[in-house]
Amino acid sequence: MTAGNNNTRQFRAVAMGASAGGLNALGVVLDCLPAEFALPVIVAQHLHPTHGSCLADLLCARCALPVRESEDKDTIEPGTVYVAPPNYHLLVENEETLTLSVDGKVNYSRPSIDVLFESAADVWGRSVVGVLLTGANRDGADGLRHIRDQGGLTIAQTPASAEQPVMPQAAIDAGAVDRALSLDEIGRLLAEIGSETGRNNLRREV
Amino acid sequence: MTEADTENLEIDLLLEAIFQRYGHDFRRYARASVRRRVKHFLAVTNVPRISDLIPRVLHEPTFFSQLLERFSIPVTEMFRDAPAYRFVREEVVPFLKTYPFVRVWHAGCATGEEVYSLAILLKEEGLYDKATIYATDFNDEALAKAKEGIYALDRVKAYTANYQAAGGAESFSEYYRADCNAAAIDSSLKQRVTFANHNLATDSVFGEMHLVLCRNVLIYFDRDLQNRALRLFADSLGRGGYLWLGSKEGLQFSEVEVLFRTVSRKWRIYQKKE
Repeated sequence: MTAGNNNTRQFRAVAMGASAGGLNALGVVLDCLPAEFALPVIVAQHLHPTHGSCLADLLCARCALPVRESEDKDTIEPGTVYVAPPNYHLLVENEETLTLSVDGKVNYSRPSIDVLFESAADVWGRSVVGVLLTGANRDGADGLRHIRDQGGLTIAQTPASAEQPVMPQAAIDAGAVDRALSLDEIGRLLAEIGSETGRNNLRREV
Repeated sequence: MTEADTENLEIDLLLEAIFQRYGHDFRRYARASVRRRVKHFLAVTNVPRISDLIPRVLHEPTFFSQLLERFSIPVTEMFRDAPAYRFVREEVVPFLKTYPFVRVWHAGCATGEEVYSLAILLKEEGLYDKATIYATDFNDEALAKAKEGIYALDRVKAYTANYQAAGGAESFSEYYRADCNAAAIDSSLKQRVTFANHNLATDSVFGEMHLVLCRNVLIYFDRDLQNRALRLFADSLGRGGYLWLGSKEGLQFSEVEVLFRTVSRKWRIYQKKE
């Protein structure tokens, strides 16, 4: 698995969504990303609305990158993982900034993966990688489709390898997915894309 | 120009048209949420492009009212972030008790669920009868609902757990009258509340307050508009007055940060310095 045919493309960010079984899946994928990973990773994981927001801490323990629960108008830093706080939608405001909303639930979910993906596609267009992991509902399918329509790269976990296959399957059925991969493959592909981007950026700076 | 750039331009033009025609200023709202709401409005009204909204907004005030409602879909609940209410009960109320009268401004009160939550809290703490709560929003329809104080019964029942987690020790059902599927807030909880239209983007300071609440409103603003609203709050608070924001909002990086001390970082409660 290589990112060969993406060589011409300069990726700027990764948007990732997961639901049931997501904590473990996110852990596996993020664990593959090296400390020099150069892209921001923005994550919407379905959470119970009133439970404490310890997702960032749990992921931080499994990841070489800093993991933060997003604040309103957070500045997007490269090589940083941002997770949506419980009971808020997380959106990409512009290339530098994240924003939150308490608009109604989408697909019974807040944060909603569709909301994150659509805003990421609107801001980054073909320069964003959308990744949809395990889940038991169909949030994320429309958003991933939107990323694909804008020319971004879309990846879903293979339903057979997912703890809950419904969500990635819904995205595949919606024609939203460029690549269906296992968690390890997703992690390796992202690591490759992220480090290529890092090298390209370095080259540009020199 | 990419498709996304064109879309952003269409949104700019629409917001400018709204501002010049009606005076509602959404130009400094967070773009991602505005875009989402505009697109949703397109879908429900069957209008093909954002720019097609402009002539209709300009010439059809009722059409604009529909859009306005879509722009301020207030989503709130009673005792949202219950532990924050508990914190206010335990840490802020003792300060309020030192005053003969208590003035509270609830900015961006939407449909009023949190106004009545605070009214209940003040009542249980023996502060309600000497309190005046000014509850404001720019959306008249939301204000009308807030004033009415009638909510879906199943939702209100679901707030019972929030109420208890917020430190409520009474029977929550005492605060509303159930009728079929609706719950009407007890009229005593309205007596000390004044509802009024106020727009944080265009209107000015609101009196000398002991407590200003504005929760999950600033997230819809860009940094400039956030600073404008925060300056209004700072100017509306007396010395030692409290500011209570949504739990993901804050004064960090704002122009008024230096005027306040942090009382609770977790619950975004600040006190204006003496």
